[in-house]
Amino acid sequence: MGSFLPNSEQEQLQMLNEIGFNSFEELFGHIPEQVLLKNLNLAEGMSELQAMDHMEELADKNVKFRHIFRGAGAYNHYIPAIVGSVVNKEQFVTAYTPYQAEISQGILQSIFEYQTMICELTGMDTSNASVYDGSTAAAEAVAMCQERKRNVAFISETSNPETIKVIKTYCYGNGIDVVMVPEKDGLTDAEALKEAMGASSACFYVQQPNFYGNIEDCDALGEIAHAAGAKFIMGCNPMSLAVLKTPAEYGADVAVGDGQPLGLGLAFGGPYLGFMAATDKMVRRLPGRIVGETVDRDDKRAYVLTLQAREQHIRREKASSNICSNQALCALTVGVYLSAMGEQGLTQAAELCVSKAHYLQGVLAEAGLQPKYNHPFFHEFVTVSDVNSKVILEALEKKGILGGYPLNDKEILWCATEKNTKAEMDQVAAIVKEVCG
Amino acid sequence: MKLIFERGKEGQACTLMPACDVPQVTLAAPKREKKLHLPHVSENELSRHYTELGKQVHGVNDGFYPLGSCTMKYNPKVNEKAAALPGFTNVHPLQPAHTVQGCIEVLKQTQEMLCEITGMDAMTLQPAAGAHGEFTGLLLIKSYHESRGDVKRTKIIVPDSAHGTNPASATMVGYDIVNIPSAADGCVDIEKLREAVGEDTAGLMLTNPNTVGIFDKNILEITSIVHEAGGLVYYDGANLNAVMGVVRPGDMGFDVIHLNLHKTFSTPHGGGGPGSGPVGCKSFLAQFLPGLQPVEKDGALSLVAPENSVGSVKAFHGNFLVVVKAMTYILMLGKEGIPAAAKNAVLNANYMMNKLKDIYPMAYDTVCMHEFVMCLEKMKHDIDVSAMDVAKALLDYGIHPPTMYFPLIVHEALMVEPTETESKETLDEAIAVFRKIYEDAQANPAAMHECPVHTPVRRLDEVRAARKPVLRYTFE
Repeated sequence: MGSFLPNSEQEQLQMLNEIGFNSFEELFGHIPEQVLLKNLNLAEGMSELQAMDHMEELADKNVKFRHIFRGAGAYNHYIPAIVGSVVNKEQFVTAYTPYQAEISQGILQSIFEYQTMICELTGMDTSNASVYDGSTAAAEAVAMCQERKRNVAFISETSNPETIKVIKTYCYGNGIDVVMVPEKDGLTDAEALKEAMGASSACFYVQQPNFYGNIEDCDALGEIAHAAGAKFIMGCNPMSLAVLKTPAEYGADVAVGDGQPLGLGLAFGGPYLGFMAATDKMVRRLPGRIVGETVDRDDKRAYVLTLQAREQHIRREKASSNICSNQALCALTVGVYLSAMGEQGLTQAAELCVSKAHYLQGVLAEAGLQPKYNHPFFHEFVTVSDVNSKVILEALEKKGILGGYPLNDKEILWCATEKNTKAEMDQVAAIVKEVCG
Repeated sequence: MKLIFERGKEGQACTLMPACDVPQVTLAAPKREKKLHLPHVSENELSRHYTELGKQVHGVNDGFYPLGSCTMKYNPKVNEKAAALPGFTNVHPLQPAHTVQGCIEVLKQTQEMLCEITGMDAMTLQPAAGAHGEFTGLLLIKSYHESRGDVKRTKIIVPDSAHGTNPASATMVGYDIVNIPSAADGCVDIEKLREAVGEDTAGLMLTNPNTVGIFDKNILEITSIVHEAGGLVYYDGANLNAVMGVVRPGDMGFDVIHLNLHKTFSTPHGGGGPGSGPVGCKSFLAQFLPGLQPVEKDGALSLVAPENSVGSVKAFHGNFLVVVKAMTYILMLGKEGIPAAAKNAVLNANYMMNKLKDIYPMAYDTVCMHEFVMCLEKMKHDIDVSAMDVAKALLDYGIHPPTMYFPLIVHEALMVEPTETESKETLDEAIAVFRKIYEDAQANPAAMHECPVHTPVRRLDEVRAARKPVLRYTFE
């Protein structure tokens, strides 16, 4: 059996005796007999070697694709070597939430730096220290906007379906009414939004670029939301913010998104990171931890968890959210990633995404997969074809390529990033041509 | 210490991205106008910056970490090795099921083992943390009552000793909170509970052992009082480490539970996350579980949403790599190792408590489980040395302080949870430090307000941080 107990049986007995017990049975003697477990039906414990072997066997049952053209909420970007080397440092890995600031400056400062970088990317005033992922960030943002007389949240149908599902689940809990704003030609139907919003509207949520990769007219959408007196929430791909107009420039009140593209692996969906940033006006409604700068007793600059009057351990049922643990190590990851990339590297990566995705769209069109929309896009786009999506994707899979995400029998959502080479994309086009031709 | 933005200089960078091998495209969309400021450092400067930050962090690897209610046990390195396998890290969450059989098997096997440990029938691994699990569990309770047309049940009962997340989670699900006072022994006041339950009771949220570290012997009566009133009982798994393999929530009458894999099941806390907060339930609630469930058919695994699923509490399948770590741990401990860990956790706590109680009064002087709560009210009154002062003094000895000022029902509280992975030697050293601090406090109480003096920074001006918030670095 594997064990991480340092005390030998003899030592345990000695300790028991010292405090007046003869056995563990006596130590646990106050627990009612009826609830004591008779038999724990698990296998015998393994040695480290056996456990590792078991896990390797499971990992080997998965197919690791060398070539990935699928996004839809999880993106295959390059992760610099320095990222892993920093975030695997034992101090960062094994510390708890930095309640004791005097011995947690490293974590606190790294979060302060992360908050600064998120503010820079989004253009917003204030960022929190992270929430679980992009979808929960969106759901928490919607909850932030609830007011006594404004209890309806409008959500664009062009958002990622996973995000929509999570928003709806949270709203089932907190009682906010969710109204879906229809999609029209791959974009949010602004006319429909305008007609639907009114005095009871709390907020409007739109994703930029949207689920289909298209870039929304957020100037117009934000104006409609604000004209109705509601808050405007944008869900953003952080990589795209190196080049695209920021949520602050679009007038958003809250900007959220998933930080996964910034140094976090695909990892079958997690851990990722939800970032949340808001205008100064909304800061006291932000959920979760926030780190602030202050000084210590010797007037030395230092960092501390602050504005805690929002949080559950102080406010209990009146807290802005129940969040306690967040994704701190993932926030550190994003901080290291953005430091390694710098503004130049990040902009270059974003521009590579744009160029590669446009090249892929071009060669796929030649191969028989027509683009469905004719809007500006970042690094994702939808194709249509009479050939079943499944047939196309299976042909790619046979060559070790994870093709785009099938939206239905005819449509596929593709993604290209800086990792995809011209040669790779030409190969995809050749395979598609064979299937479609 | 310098911020990363104060290092390096404009133009400096790591060389990471290749030249573009396809025609360059300029986006026909609105561009950002505001200049983007990110750090500009060489890889060496970057590496040293974080190495320096790392030196200003106290992790479990740096020393004793008896932070009550947080179960800061040792995080086995094999967990990290398993979670770093490329077969897990390089898998897209939306790959076809036949290409992720290993991942689905991880979910399935982990759920089965956790169900056995907790006495539950079904489980979801989608919640990302304990509080997220509470929220999820309460959604199940809400769905259950609504599915039966029982819409009058609008209240969740919470003892006044509960974690702050309990009432906060109940609010997120639209419930009103009924706080009930604890009895003199720190346990549930049965009479007060009887008075509180009724036709409007949706459920009760409870930990056992409770937040003062005591096993509530009346647990079967408590759960049946709530059940008789038509409510469900929720188990906050924050304290499961005391009883895993010894007592199961499912056998104590609990209907729905959450676990903290980052406490009980040895996955690291990462400075505040990522954690994982699986939710288990009895079979009658399984139909409401969020996310997808592993299903086996003809030897192949797939993921299917439960019939009346409440939806999703997070995109995809939860903090998957954290689940991988917990699974590795459970495989290693197995049927003997799981209860052995709990027993040693309880032994370590009782040992420390008994070696300190002559000078540090215990809030409840009885056999404790995995943690105990000291009450420093008298010390505060007699010599004006507070729980905070003692905690800060510990910092100078390289010991992470216990949880301070919690639970709220104990004044000047310090909550100590040594965990099972600490040796007798470490405990003896820590006991000696606690005793030394006590003596120093008696000899020179005023000096205690100055602690710590040997840490990278000293006590912080928290009022200033909150009154004049500086929440980001500003570029000139």
